[in-house]
Amino acid sequence: MTPTLTLFLTISAALFSIGLLAALSRRHAIFILIGIEMMLAAANLNFVAFWRFSPQPQPPIGVMVAIFSIAIAAAEAAVGLALVIAIYRHYRTTNVDQLDQLQG
Amino acid sequence: MSWIVTNLWLIPAAPLAASLIILSLANSRRSAAAGLAIIGQIAALALSILAFLPTLQAPGYRSVHNFTWFTFGEQTLRIGWMIDPLAAAMLFMITLVSLCIFIFSIGYMAGDKNFNRFFAYLSFFSAAMLGVVIADSLLLLFICWELVGLASYLLIGFWIDRPSAAAAAKKAFITTRIGDLGFFLGILWLYGGSGTLLFYDGGNGCLEKAGLLALGASATFVALLIFCGAVGKSGQFPLHVWLPDAMEGPTPVSALIHAATMVAAGVFLVARVYPLFSFGAVDGVTPSLTVVVLIGTITALMASLIALGQFDIKRILAYSTVSQLGLMMVSLGVGGVAAGMMHLIAHGFFKALLFLGAGSVIHGCHHEQDIRKMGGLRRLMPISFLTYAIGMMTLSGVPFFFSGGWTKEEILHATVHWHVSHIPHYLMLAGVVLTALYMTRQMIYIFFGNRRAASENAHESPPVMTLPLIALAICSIALSVVLTPAWPWLHGYLTGEPAHFDIALLVQPMLFVSLALVAVGIGLGFVMYGKAGREDRHRTAETDPLEHVQPALFHFLENKMWLDEIYDRTVVAWSRMAARISDWMDRHFWDGLVRGFGGLGQLFGIFSANFDERGINVGVDETMTGTRGLGRVMSAWHSGQIQTYLGIIAVGMLALLILYAWLA
Repeated sequence: MTPTLTLFLTISAALFSIGLLAALSRRHAIFILIGIEMMLAAANLNFVAFWRFSPQPQPPIGVMVAIFSIAIAAAEAAVGLALVIAIYRHYRTTNVDQLDQLQG
Repeated sequence: MSWIVTNLWLIPAAPLAASLIILSLANSRRSAAAGLAIIGQIAALALSILAFLPTLQAPGYRSVHNFTWFTFGEQTLRIGWMIDPLAAAMLFMITLVSLCIFIFSIGYMAGDKNFNRFFAYLSFFSAAMLGVVIADSLLLLFICWELVGLASYLLIGFWIDRPSAAAAAKKAFITTRIGDLGFFLGILWLYGGSGTLLFYDGGNGCLEKAGLLALGASATFVALLIFCGAVGKSGQFPLHVWLPDAMEGPTPVSALIHAATMVAAGVFLVARVYPLFSFGAVDGVTPSLTVVVLIGTITALMASLIALGQFDIKRILAYSTVSQLGLMMVSLGVGGVAAGMMHLIAHGFFKALLFLGAGSVIHGCHHEQDIRKMGGLRRLMPISFLTYAIGMMTLSGVPFFFSGGWTKEEILHATVHWHVSHIPHYLMLAGVVLTALYMTRQMIYIFFGNRRAASENAHESPPVMTLPLIALAICSIALSVVLTPAWPWLHGYLTGEPAHFDIALLVQPMLFVSLALVAVGIGLGFVMYGKAGREDRHRTAETDPLEHVQPALFHFLENKMWLDEIYDRTVVAWSRMAARISDWMDRHFWDGLVRGFGGLGQLFGIFSANFDERGINVGVDETMTGTRGLGRVMSAWHSGQIQTYLGIIAVGMLALLILYAWLA
């Protein structure tokens, strides 16, 4: 099977959906973070795929965006994990069902 | 125009200010209160003398000071004050007599717990009367006139815990009010006719030619209506009934009412508006003046008869006042304005003297007022006796030495020249005999004969009470200097004719007539009552000599000719019936009407309450409930669950995507 843009986009969409599902359904904060990371990965895959199948694929552009994105995702994961630890210290739980402080 | 004319208001203002300050003093500060009242009176006296001086400049001097009180629409209401010989002489008499009475009151009221209130009211009384005298506007005069009535009400009812005093105060107020109603109508008519209430206003006043001509024939009615007020205030028949009852007040009040203030106001009023009475006179006779003479004659004779049958020392004096006022009215009515006013001024002095003397006797006899219980006070109270005797002789009109003799003679002179009839003249002569008779009777009962129950432990009054008596006695005698026909200074001063000294005029035929009449009166008195005075001590309920001879007549007089009873059966009963009818109407007719209207209002109220409750309230409630429900629904979405939010965002995104795909 030859790799086509459609194939990549389909994989990316599936990856995004799996991530979204994880972010929406898991109760543990860390799993939600993992879901978000998966959605970011799907976005990175899209960048790279659109770059690879564009009419004139200039060498570094798509990959650079993906690398930037991965760096930001790493920082985001660090911040997210720090938040999770802070939340745990404060509430003694990481179950997001019980974190309803935003309720009006 | 001198300073005093523009500032005449200061004369009543001085005692008024004193009165207000006294009212604000603590009850314990008695000497301050008495001092203030007397200072106020001295100030008024000094200002009165200051006002007296310019009137001496020229005969018939008159000076007015008018100003605008207020303006409404087109109408301008002007009031003002004036000084002329009439006002100046009255001012002088009122302030001087009041001063004596004030000083006397210090002694007389010494034991009273409402000492301060008494002096406040006295000052107020004198202030109101001074206001009457200086007024140059019938309106201002009326205001002060009513204030005089108020002050008399307060003072007659001064001993508020006595029901009889309260009743007497009410009677005085209501009876004079009947007269004042006429007076007020007269004022309105006068204003309607002449367009001004100022007496003198540089030719435009209502007593000047233009004003009188504008009134025309209605002047007679206006004069008669105004005379109604004078009848009430000056205790003329048929409204005299309040005056003897006014004796319920403290004796200095009686002195003030009977001498200087209240009753003098009526006579003064007639003298003040005399041009109204005499307008259109033929030979000095007008219908209104004839009415004045008629009323005066009836009053004078009736009162001096009633005085014969009274046993209360003050009531006898009260009736003598009524009769003297009648005499003054007669004098005014027959054209002797100056004679009437001279008698008023002389009367002010000697009646104050008599009342204060009576006060001294009452004080000495431990507040006993029944002359049957007195007797033999001649030796116990020598100063009171001597001064009272002077007062009695002045009142009786003993000629030559006493002011009352000269003025009475002047009045008799005036009556003899009246063109209509000589009857008043002869009745006045009879009145002279009666006056001498009842005063002699009183003197014998009080001062001569044996001591009786109340005079056992009598004592002379302190100097603070005897000194005013002496001062007034001296005034009563000294005043004759300016009254004699030989040098009729006061007559000339009041009429504006210069007085010449002519000793030949001193002795007139009338002098012998009055001498004879007074001698008859006093002699008759001694013959009739001399024995009664010598009756046994400790006896009180002796029969009056007149009662011996004419029991029916005496009872008629003792009961004041049944006038009070007649009024009670007629006027009072009628008005009571009218009141009852009005009461019934009020209760049953008007009340029902009012209730009906009230019910309508209630119905409307119920309707609007229902509308509020059912309509507006429910509407608002529903809105509230809706808002709350909406809030509840919205707040349910705010679960605080991040994943729910995230889910909603995802669904939204998806929806947008589908929409985009569908549109593109």
